[in-house]
Amino acid sequence: MPDQHYEPERALAGAGLGGTTELGVDEAEVLQRPPAGPDGTGEQGPPRSLWSDAWRDLRRNPVFIVSALIICFLIVISLWPSLIASGSPLKCDLSKAQEGSQPGHPFGFNGQGCDVYTRTVYGARTSVAVGVLATLGVAVLGSVLGALAGFFGGVWDSVLSRVTDVFFAIPVVLGGLVLLSVITSNTVWPVIGFIVLLGWPPISRIARGAVITVKQNDYVQAARALGASNTRLLLRHIAPNAIAPVIVVATIALGTYIALEATLSYLGVGLKPPSVSWGIDISAASPYVRNAPHALLWPSGALAVTVLAFIMLGDAVRDALDPKLR
Amino acid sequence: MGRYVVRRLLQMIPVFIGATLLIFLMVHVMGDPVAGLCGERRCDPATAARLRQEFGLDQPVWQQYLTYMGNIVTGDFGTAFNGQEVTELMSTAFPVTIRLTLVAICFEIVIGITLGVLTGLRRGRPVDTSVLLVTLVVISVPTFVTGLLLQLLLGVKWGLIRPSVSSAAPFGELLVPGLVLASVSLAYVTRLTRTSIAENRRSDYVRTAVAKGLPRRRVVVRHLLRNSLIPVVTFIGADIGFLMGGAIVTERIFNIHGVGYQLFQGILRQNTQTVVGFVTVLVLVFLLCNLVVDLLYAVLDPRIRYA
Amino acid sequence: MRGGTHARWVVGAVAVALAATACGSESSGGSADAGAVLSASWGDPQNPLEPANTNEVQGGKVLDMIFRGLKRYDPETGAAENMLAESIETSDSQNFTIKIKDGWTFSNGEKVTARSFVDAWNYGASLKNNQRNAYFFGYIEGYDKVHPDSGEQTADKLSGLKVVDELTFTVKLTQKFSTFPDTLGYNAYAPLPRAFFEDHDAWVAKPVGNGPYLVDSYTKGSQISLRRWEEYPGDDKAQNGGVDLKVYTDNNTAYTDLLAGNLDLVDDVPAAQLKNVKKDLGDRYLNTPAGILQTLAFPYYDKAWNKPGMEKVRTGLSRAIDRKQITETIFHKTRTPATDWTSPVLGKDGGFRDGLCGDACEYDPEAAKKLIKEGGGLPGGRVTITFNADTGSHKDWVEAVCNSINNALDNERACTAGPVGTFADFRSRITQRKMSGPFRAGWQMDYPLIQNFLQPLYYTNASSNDGKWSNEKFDDLVDRANRESDPAKAVELFQQAEEVVRDNMAAIPLWYQNGSAGWSERLSGVKLNPFSVPVYHEIKVS
Repeated sequence: MPDQHYEPERALAGAGLGGTTELGVDEAEVLQRPPAGPDGTGEQGPPRSLWSDAWRDLRRNPVFIVSALIICFLIVISLWPSLIASGSPLKCDLSKAQEGSQPGHPFGFNGQGCDVYTRTVYGARTSVAVGVLATLGVAVLGSVLGALAGFFGGVWDSVLSRVTDVFFAIPVVLGGLVLLSVITSNTVWPVIGFIVLLGWPPISRIARGAVITVKQNDYVQAARALGASNTRLLLRHIAPNAIAPVIVVATIALGTYIALEATLSYLGVGLKPPSVSWGIDISAASPYVRNAPHALLWPSGALAVTVLAFIMLGDAVRDALDPKLR
Repeated sequence: MGRYVVRRLLQMIPVFIGATLLIFLMVHVMGDPVAGLCGERRCDPATAARLRQEFGLDQPVWQQYLTYMGNIVTGDFGTAFNGQEVTELMSTAFPVTIRLTLVAICFEIVIGITLGVLTGLRRGRPVDTSVLLVTLVVISVPTFVTGLLLQLLLGVKWGLIRPSVSSAAPFGELLVPGLVLASVSLAYVTRLTRTSIAENRRSDYVRTAVAKGLPRRRVVVRHLLRNSLIPVVTFIGADIGFLMGGAIVTERIFNIHGVGYQLFQGILRQNTQTVVGFVTVLVLVFLLCNLVVDLLYAVLDPRIRYA
Repeated sequence: MRGGTHARWVVGAVAVALAATACGSESSGGSADAGAVLSASWGDPQNPLEPANTNEVQGGKVLDMIFRGLKRYDPETGAAENMLAESIETSDSQNFTIKIKDGWTFSNGEKVTARSFVDAWNYGASLKNNQRNAYFFGYIEGYDKVHPDSGEQTADKLSGLKVVDELTFTVKLTQKFSTFPDTLGYNAYAPLPRAFFEDHDAWVAKPVGNGPYLVDSYTKGSQISLRRWEEYPGDDKAQNGGVDLKVYTDNNTAYTDLLAGNLDLVDDVPAAQLKNVKKDLGDRYLNTPAGILQTLAFPYYDKAWNKPGMEKVRTGLSRAIDRKQITETIFHKTRTPATDWTSPVLGKDGGFRDGLCGDACEYDPEAAKKLIKEGGGLPGGRVTITFNADTGSHKDWVEAVCNSINNALDNERACTAGPVGTFADFRSRITQRKMSGPFRAGWQMDYPLIQNFLQPLYYTNASSNDGKWSNEKFDDLVDRANRESDPAKAVELFQQAEEVVRDNMAAIPLWYQNGSAGWSERLSGVKLNPFSVPVYHEIKVS
């Protein structure tokens, strides 16, 4: 996972086995430090939770507003691409290959004579789907495993932590090449499944740390003393307070997953036609960059803006949740 | 400390076995490599059977894995399909990738930390905002786009660099590929340093130092920087493992015959011996890097003690 | 690592020495410098560089430089001409007497004798040596003992090969095969020195042959340096001081390097760059026909593709492909729309017949729609064209073919491109009969004979009959053609067999592939042979 920024581990992960070395983890740790009890400890006035505090902050943060608007727009065109693009992304006329912008086709045509504008609009759906679904999968798998390790400790923790290390040690792009090269399905599921399979360790490690920290809190001990079951403890008392760092890291990861899909396409193992995705179009256009730069420019631009929006959103959320920087 | 190291080393054993087993199984799932050895033809069944036997592919997976690990312990990493010892491939590929990694790490340290300190001290000013924005853009654009564009512009249009790296791969030719490889980590190092500096600037010990009337320069270098760099140094340490992990994309774009290239070739040819061999070494490097990083953490931050 | 560094020093020293000699000879004036070394693009050969083990172009390039066989295909016409062979005689097209020219040696000084050939062929055929090209010896008597389909081999030597004297040996085939002598230019039939057998590892690390070049150093996976063999006994001496073949993973990078002046010769200009070639290279670019045909094959083991009426569907698909548009836009005329199932490099006498395919290869959307409807429609209403995405620019043309079919049939989802990640996996799906629709089938000829374009591809159970097509009439015509001793009559029979292929549309012919090459200003006299391999020894460097 070399040059992949977008690699989940790189992007977020505490690479250190057992060490908290990396960006994501480090920042996540910061979040765990303030003992943010559910009752909003020690503040004057009406009790305010970490979340309502954060929300107040976010509403006034222009970075958050801009990125949220971009993301809303992306979600709308992912669901209804025909709102702003009338043609079909699969309608291609080779005689127009590589032609530039012309009336009705503002972005010109790609190497196969397909309309770049239409494909860029339709590509949003696949790319956003990959990002959102993979992030959901990674977040769920990672936090469940991390929470179990952190909550039960002992043998559970040792075994799960070693398993996490094993998956951590496999370079992501390499794993993608190996696993996806034999897949012929042309849906998005293999790519999502692969990202979940190799992407969960960082989240798991963060969730474990968060759960361990929250577990020490008095209110959890109190609930336990009152006879709350493990399930209830985890779901009602620990999860709501340990989830903040996971959300922050997952938001940033989302952008990196979208970019990872593009890299896999560039290496020839990403999504397959007739899927329409920015990754497919970027990798198809990159050898033709000298003759038809527009075919590379637009999908790359869309990809960069999307990734940017998610990373900025993650940044804003982190700042809002991190009292130390207030 | 000694006991901690021993414990960590012992913990590495199951992780090492697990990771190699995982990659072994993944490569195995890719299927039968022999069919690809005969060009656009069906291998005649007798030769195909002989080849499977020669590469041990006729045995069950677990047995293949055991045999393979047994051989590795004795230093035998097997033979690639083209009849070359995998250790020989390693001896040509690793030096190249190590050089590339060094170049990348240098960029991270020099440019990343400088920018980070600069922006951290001027949080909220135009310099800070613009550098922050640039780092975000660098993170958002896939490396292969950055790499291809730089190659086209610097190598072909303006003729400033060699567009590809020769097989000897001297440091000079690795500058641009190293920058491309480092770009994303560079952006992270910048952001990490910035956050760290910004946080520590308000800490008590810095206020004390300023209150004592120490010169600003001394405060920044001796007090602020030293403490702020702890997470950065550990990040960079861990990054070595990742960069070494085969810069598959960068090495492909610039035709560098390093680890990433060998892995990519190995995967395309479904060459179990090459892929598993290289990944085994990479896993080892990764584990050791992380151990060193954790120890470094303790050395840099006296508050942390390993028992 | 230490060994590697050491080797590099040696290479460096040799290069310096060569440069020194080059400078010395330059003073004599003259633009072409016979001592100068050129660099050329290369791909990492898949198998060890043994003649009977090399079945792809990249390894073939090197073998072509360091070996000379009994016959050699003329770089321009492709005609098989005697090289080491003094004469190859037969009275019955089944028993051949081969006489070798005197005076040939390997570059280590060993004499090339009848035994050099017989030992090499026995080695190539023997099952225990795992040679990928063993089946080339399949016609020689005793092959079934040396290389049984299953079980252990019962003999080590082909009983059909006999050394008569130092320079003569005889070959006995199991059946009549009139064009057998013309196949002997293929690399698998090269002679081998004793060193090959006595110290095999050393030989593979640094092969020794009898061609105009010798291997100076070989760093596997990275570069091979070939230098002119000064004592080469043949007429086709190298016109340059040597060739450094450099491995590129991506031919775009090789082309970029050529533009930047780091490379002298690129023999596979990537499709994406063809549009710029004129501007970048001017007339330092070559585009000549090669013996390569691209087709789409079908899985005849799948009932859906083998029922009566499907030949209409296949013909309909063929007519839905706008070959002209694709070869012009995607390939910039480095491909020519195919009108038969052979290649123009065979020439009219060799069996190439322009237009044999007729209407079936003409683009006509209306006719395509009609034919597919008559034939019962596409199985499941759609097709997926499977190809391997790791090499070549297959993706571009498969997508273009699909778009063409979709446009012709007015259905955006009628055809989809189905990439498979690796060549190995692609081949493995083919051999395991897992294809469910048309798939890429490229054929690069082994030797320039019409037989080579038909028999291995369409004969029942032939080695490259990937679709498992089987037709008694075709098999019979091929058998008769092979027995025929009059070449003209044999070609005629092969063409009749080709018509059977056409009437059933056993495979859709797409286009004839050209070889393309671009080179730096230092080079002159660059040519490609009909196998699309540069004729290295004729290149002059200034």
